[in-house]
Amino acid sequence: MLSRTADSLYWLARYMERAENLARIVMAGYRMASTARSLENPGNEWHSTLLAAGCEPGFLAKHGEATAALVIDYLVRDADNPSSIFSCLETARRNARAVRTALTVDMWDALNETWYQARTGNRFAVRPESLPSLLEWVKERSLLFNGAYANTMLRNDAYYFTRLGTFIERADNTARILDVKYHVLLPRHEGVGGALDYYHWQAILRSVSALRSYHWVYQDRLKPWLVAELLMLRPEMPRSLLSCYEEIVGHLDLLAEAYGGKRGECHRIAGELHARLRFGRIQDIFQSGLHEFLTEFIDRSLLLGSEITALYLV
Amino acid sequence: MKPAATASTGIVAAFDEMSGAAGEECRAQYELIRRWLETTPAEALQLKRREAELLFRRIGITFAVYTEGGDPERLIPFDIIPRVLDAGEWELLSSGLEQRVRALNAFARDVYHGRQILRAGLMPPELVLHNEGFRPEMQDFSPAQQVYTHVAGIDLVRLGPREFCVLEDNCRTPSGVSYMLENREAMMRLFPDLFAGHRIRSVEHYPEELLDILKSVAPPHCPGEPAVALLTPGSYNSAYYEHSFLADDMGVELVEGADLFVDDNVVYMRTTEGPKRVDVIYRRIDDDYLDPLTFRPDSTLGTAGLFNAYRAGNVTLANAVGAGIADDKSIYPYVPAMIRFYLGEAPLLGNVQTWRCGDSEDLGYVLDHLAELVVKEARGSGGYGMLIGPQASREQIESFAEKLRAHPHEYIAQPTLALSTCPVFVETGLAPRHVDLRPFVLVGKDIRIVPGGLTRVALRPGSLVVNSSQGGGTKDTWVLEADRAEPHRR
Repeated sequence: MLSRTADSLYWLARYMERAENLARIVMAGYRMASTARSLENPGNEWHSTLLAAGCEPGFLAKHGEATAALVIDYLVRDADNPSSIFSCLETARRNARAVRTALTVDMWDALNETWYQARTGNRFAVRPESLPSLLEWVKERSLLFNGAYANTMLRNDAYYFTRLGTFIERADNTARILDVKYHVLLPRHEGVGGALDYYHWQAILRSVSALRSYHWVYQDRLKPWLVAELLMLRPEMPRSLLSCYEEIVGHLDLLAEAYGGKRGECHRIAGELHARLRFGRIQDIFQSGLHEFLTEFIDRSLLLGSEITALYLV
Repeated sequence: MKPAATASTGIVAAFDEMSGAAGEECRAQYELIRRWLETTPAEALQLKRREAELLFRRIGITFAVYTEGGDPERLIPFDIIPRVLDAGEWELLSSGLEQRVRALNAFARDVYHGRQILRAGLMPPELVLHNEGFRPEMQDFSPAQQVYTHVAGIDLVRLGPREFCVLEDNCRTPSGVSYMLENREAMMRLFPDLFAGHRIRSVEHYPEELLDILKSVAPPHCPGEPAVALLTPGSYNSAYYEHSFLADDMGVELVEGADLFVDDNVVYMRTTEGPKRVDVIYRRIDDDYLDPLTFRPDSTLGTAGLFNAYRAGNVTLANAVGAGIADDKSIYPYVPAMIRFYLGEAPLLGNVQTWRCGDSEDLGYVLDHLAELVVKEARGSGGYGMLIGPQASREQIESFAEKLRAHPHEYIAQPTLALSTCPVFVETGLAPRHVDLRPFVLVGKDIRIVPGGLTRVALRPGSLVVNSSQGGGTKDTWVLEADRAEPHRR
């Protein structure tokens, strides 16, 4: 297939995934800010939401102080922010339009209708009371898109590239949420964390829709190292780093198979990261530094993205 | 619903394709449509109309309108009442179209080779050689199968029961065929019963025919089964939907200039598996932008080296570079002469009388009769920058006369034609609106015409401008099968 087509499929999947992740992050931030108001300055919460969304520099350049209204506006509907939910939906649809011939009708329908609905009416006129339903809608649309492509695409290279886009974006997102909050996961000298810590752990799990999963997996009260383990190393957790890398490695292998066994640096990097997650232990990671691990992971993921581009997409 | 009996639009008394000449009730081929309209309540039609709009929006058929603000992806209005041509009418049209397109191709070939037609003194040489559509780079080059215009869109207007004229030839990159196909698709989804009662010839195989035609003009050095690609300027182009639609239905790659590169005069696509050779390019980019090395150096839409690969016989471009010489509006008046000259036949489809304003005698006449004439830019398209005398104010006419005197060569004039009308379903019910017809003629080893075409409708009451950029709409165009009962009796 055309390299440009593969590139567009990869990116449209990334942007749809990013829109969904943002919706979860904003929702968690919104909840956290309202619960934690009495406990601490809620402005901090919005600042870390910006960090988790990877939108801090752009926001500061435009607005300065991180108030709830400004951050929500910037992350949800600001067209100047290329990573706002609104911009993600636009970009995904623009990519889709550029490769219409590679999409199934259901994929196109999902993307086109999402874009159309986003632009009409005042769905994106964010008012505090309508924010939750807007974010729900974004999640629904993304789930619809994921279902549409999973259920209708031929299992060939086009599908593999789409899949890669979804999981590279998802891994990056989970890693960033953890990294922004890593300090609340670290053990403290004064023993058991307070109520605020508990809220923070909950918020982390909520931002990847994993609160219930946690209880199913551990049948235990929230413990910070288990929260980290769930999101990094557990294979049954669909947004964990390990799960994402299972998919990434799997689809890179399928691509190599489809293209006569040709492999590149991206296969090596993905395999290496996958092995670290597959055989790593959470206590070792905490011992050698959670933050260091996550930072390196994010850097290696970035490198992986550019190696995929170099091998297939240009 | 009862259709209006006469087609009086206040401007010109026109032939109505459904009700026919005065005194006629309903022309035979519309009988079933008439009954359908009579028995269907207006609300039901209104509902279907909205359903159609939803359908088109979902499929994403849009048309970008230049020079207008607002929605960058606007829907072209679709009218739910089909236009019906009977077998006899189509027979006349298709043989006339085939003849005309053969002559246009012969002309392009002649222009880039011996120029017999100029030697015979049938056309002023400067008209050809100084024409913007003329490409000296094509001199003495013979494209595969000697075909220049592989896809022609011929704009026809109808003035009476058997009177069809060509208003314009489009030999470069005519668009609109996706509307022909999607209109049919929409009609079949909305009104399956209506199709059961008629024997309507199919248009759905157009993409297959196009692919066949494109493969039949593979270049001489094509190594095996020809690889075809459709070259688009990209998703910001107004006809992008059509490009993706056709590529999809033909099962060929939709490429942009940057997806291609030329190595040793061979054209390749950049793919995830490495370079892949391309043999035939159905290009929807103008000559000027095809290759920055040969044409406009600032073009980012094309591919460097494409033209040399073409001349080296390693790739076919369809339509050929320089095919535009045959469809220039200042060349148009000579097409009937071309048909006689190259084919030795009498033209089956007439031209519309045309005054070339560059000719001082013609200019004098045009200036004296501006209030009756339609004046167009010789190179314009899309219905921009034209004057419709009978509908223009005195000031508009005067300011247009200024332009005309200043740049007479840039304009042609034609009489204001009483374009035929068809019933259209509007807010208030049925009303006659003026229409034209663009059938698509495919030329490769042989000539093929899918029975039908794009009918464009001027939706504003009385308007004669059918272009979608000027508020025009479209409708499905039916060509009926010949009556099986009568002619062949063993």
